Formats: sequence, structure tokens, C-alpha cells
Amino acid sequence: MTRARRLSGAIAALAVCAALVAAPFGLKPYGIYLLSLWAVMTIAAMGLNLTLGYAGQISLAQAAFVGIGAYTAAILTTQGWPFALAFVLSAALCFAIGWLLGYPALRVQHHYLAFVTLAFTTLVFLVLRNEEWLTGGIYGISGIPRPDVLGWSTGAPRDYYLFCLGMLGLVTLATGWLVRSPWGRAFMALRENPIRAASLGVDTRRYTLIAFALGAALGGIAGALYAPLVQFIDPTPFALGLSLNLLLMVLVGGSGFFFGPFLGALVSVLLPEWLRFTEGLYLLIYAAFVMALMAFCPSGLLGIAERLFRPAAKTDDAPATPAGKAAR
Amino acid sequence: MSAVLEVRDLKKSFGGISAVGGVSFEVHAGEILGIIGPNGSGKSTLFNCILGQLQPSSGEVRIDGKPITGMRPCDLNRLGVSRTFQLLQVFPQLSVRENLILAGQEHQGSMWSRLLGRRDAGLTTTANRMIEFFRLASVADERAGRLSYGQQKLLDAAMAFMAGPRLVLLDEPAGGVNPTMLADLRERLRTINDREGATFVVIEHNMEFVMSLCTRILVLAEGRLIAQGTPEAVRRDPKVIEAYFGN
Repeated sequence: MTRARRLSGAIAALAVCAALVAAPFGLKPYGIYLLSLWAVMTIAAMGLNLTLGYAGQISLAQAAFVGIGAYTAAILTTQGWPFALAFVLSAALCFAIGWLLGYPALRVQHHYLAFVTLAFTTLVFLVLRNEEWLTGGIYGISGIPRPDVLGWSTGAPRDYYLFCLGMLGLVTLATGWLVRSPWGRAFMALRENPIRAASLGVDTRRYTLIAFALGAALGGIAGALYAPLVQFIDPTPFALGLSLNLLLMVLVGGSGFFFGPFLGALVSVLLPEWLRFTEGLYLLIYAAFVMALMAFCPSGLLGIAERLFRPAAKTDDAPATPAGKAAR
Repeated sequence: MSAVLEVRDLKKSFGGISAVGGVSFEVHAGEILGIIGPNGSGKSTLFNCILGQLQPSSGEVRIDGKPITGMRPCDLNRLGVSRTFQLLQVFPQLSVRENLILAGQEHQGSMWSRLLGRRDAGLTTTANRMIEFFRLASVADERAGRLSYGQQKLLDAAMAFMAGPRLVLLDEPAGGVNPTMLADLRERLRTINDREGATFVVIEHNMEFVMSLCTRILVLAEGRLIAQGTPEAVRRDPKVIEAYFGN
């Protein structure tokens, strides 16, 4: 029974991977751009899912980390630094800042924490806009080069998409390992009952800081991939709206479900395109959809899938998901 | 006999209200000590002060002679002091086995080995033994939140024993548990006490349970210790009868 389930899960996962790799060959550059954006936003949303979905710490700061990552990569690569180094530094810088931003979470929770992190997003946005000597201010940074990876030039849209997809694959494997390790278990304990967790020896302070730092680092990685994707960045995309959007991706996909961000980012990136024919009505439709989802199934799309495939669901992550994908 | 736990003149007040007003006692290795008292007599506050969930206003707590007053709960737990809470505290979204592994994992290896090493931190065997021992085998892979209240209570207790603690403080383990399961729980606790020499402190309202389990009993009323001794002695103590029934 479980073996058959695992096998069908693996087949479904392989099929999805194959489809993702094959996708750009039938698409125009704009479609490829959207898919690349999906891969990048999925990484950022996975980071937020780690902080919020697994460790239970609400954060409206994810856009700030995407911004910090993007600007770090943009500034360094336009100065001639190799992309690999800029990429690692983006992640490391966001990890360090995320760690520091975790300290308020040790004192305040829930909506208070939401406001602290919201203020941080605004702060970072203002720095990006006003510190012209560093960030170019409202003029932004242009001519961000796409990297060569071991002699493979990712300059063309399709190549860069495949590069983003590869990074998404690596991040997925690493995060999957993490959430199934004792760290992931400790994160979930932190979410469900921090006082009980502490009484069982879980160092809640340290795990809270780690959850913030790792979530931020994934935001930084997403940013470092976003900058070469669009090749021109200014502060606008990294304002509070993106933080809210990433939060919605996590909630719509299913907070605390490993594959939730994949679906959430898909809805968030593609829905505006599919609904383009409705013109001004798009936001109304999206808002109504989100309201209905939150009212009737607050655990998101994968929560619905889990309800439909209940017997498969034992814990919060993987088993329910291939079934969820297949159902779509 | 050496004292595993020593509490000296512990006081805790909330604003102007004194919840615990200068309590001193010792718990010896291998003992099962009961703490009883009417509602609001300060039993749970006493536990919370001993275990770092609350900061005592004054007084001292020692484990094996080492002062631990104000130590963080997680550090205290890693010294081998474990507890359960008055209200049920399991992790509802994790399976029974995952709950147990979580309860032991922070005692295994380093922070890095917990990230890079085995998923179960090498605890599956211990967890399975605990599942067997507390008769939870039929629900081992269920989410804890889907268990019956009594089963969750057993799991809650089992979690307190995962790391092989030397001292366990149980806050109303019998609350809301049906009589059959209660007898079962008492047997389990006795066995662990016999076999591993673990020391227990039990807060309980169920007199029959506490009298039949404990070797010594402290009686708390209005934040003070008013009597102590064997179950029989305490049962007959006029001060105890007065505290419970008035005069």
C-alpha cells in the first residue's frame, strides 16, 4: 500500500520535473520569463513557509530579503564580481540580517511580530530608494549580467530558466532534508506549543533565530536569481506589496505543507495572466478567491487535497502532496 | 539518601497576591512524592517556579546540590529534569512516534548532528519501546491530535520519560483519565520508578491515585506547607481535613 503510494508519488514527481524542463521549448520568451519568475518566487515563498508554515513565526519581511539579495547580487556582478560569489554573499548577508530580525520574535508574537517585520520591509525599501550612492536610488541598477555556469552561458531566456529551475531543485532538496530532520521537527514543535517544546529540551530561542535566518537566506537566494532574470532592478518591486504577495502564496498553497509554495507561487504568477481578459476585474476575482479559500479551507489548496486524500496524510508534508498535484 | 531536588523558602507573588509563600522541601532519589492541596493552593505555581516557566520572587532551588533557580526550561530539561503540564500538552499535528522522538532528540548529539545526521536522531527504537510500554502501538502513526483524551494523556506522560530523566514532575497526570486507564498509568509509573530509579513529584487531586502511588505526601494550602508525611498520616491530619473541608 505505502510502497505503491510512494511509487506513484515518485512517478508523479518525475512527470512534473520532465514537464518543467520541457516547458520552455513550446513557449515564447514572455512565457519563459513567467516560468522563471515562478521558480524564483517559489524559492522566496519556501523561505517564508519555513519561517511561518513550519516554525509558526509570522513575517512580513520576506520582500526586504528578496530586495537585499537582488541588490547585493546586482551591485557585485555589475562591479565585475563572479556571480557565484555574489550569490553566496547574498544568501549569507540575508542569513545574518534574518538572524538579527529574529530577536524581536523572541519578545513579541503574532500580529505584533507582523508589525515589526512590516516596519523592517518599509525600512529596507527606503534605504534602497534613498541611498543613491549604493543602490542608484529610483534610477535603479541596469545591465545586470546573467552568469556563466561552468562554461554554460545562461544569457538566453530558456537557458536562464533552466538555471533557475536547477537552483529551485537544489533548494527543494536542501529544504526537504531540513524539514524532515530533527530541526524541522523542532520547528513544528515551536509552532504548535513553544512552552511544551522548551520543557522537552528544545532551545526555542535558538530555533526561532535559525528559522528566521534560514527563511531570510532563501529570500536572499531568490533575490540573487531575480536580479539577473530582469537585468534591471529598482526599489519598486521590493515594497510591502511583495511581502503580502509572498504571504498569500504561502497561505494559498497551504502553510506548513512542503509543496504549498510551489502551488501558491503558480497561482500568484500565472493567475494575473490567465485573467488578463477580465482587465480591471483581475484583483477583484483574485481577492474573492482568496477570501473564499481562507473562509472555507484556511489550510490552503493542499489542505483541500489532503481532505480529499485523507488516508494518505500522516504528517504535514510530503505524502499528501503528490496526490495533491495529481489531482490538479 | 541524597536530595535530588531541594526547594528552600520559595516565594512567588503576583502583584500583591502571594501564590507561594515560603515553601521548603526535599525530594530524595527514588522517591515518589505527592503534592496535594485545594484549588488555588499554589501547587502549579510551585512547579512552574521550580522548572523555570516562572521566575520565583525569592528562594532557591537546587538539583543535586547545584543551584538552578531561574534556569531556562530547556537547559533544565537537558540536566535530566522532565515534566508534564496540568493541561494536556502534546503536539497535535505530529504523529505519536514523532512526538516521542521530538521529546528525546535534543538530548542526542550536537546541533549539527541534528541537522545532518539521522532523521530520527537514532531514537526510533527507544520511541517504539515507549509506545509498547504505554500501549500506544495501535495508534503509533496517527497524528496525536486524533487520539482519545486518555491516549493523549498517556502520550504526554510517555514524552516526559523519553530522555530517561532522573527527576520527573507530573502536574495532575490523572485529570480526566478513566479509571481503567488510570490503574494502567499508575502501574507504568511504578514500573519506571522501580526499574530505572527515576524520582517523581506528582501534583494530584485524585486522592485515591495519589495515596496509592506516593510514598510521601506534602499538603499545600494558601501557598504554605501545612502537613507532610506518609499517606496514612496525612489522611488523618486534622489540619489537612480543615484545609479541604473547613471547620
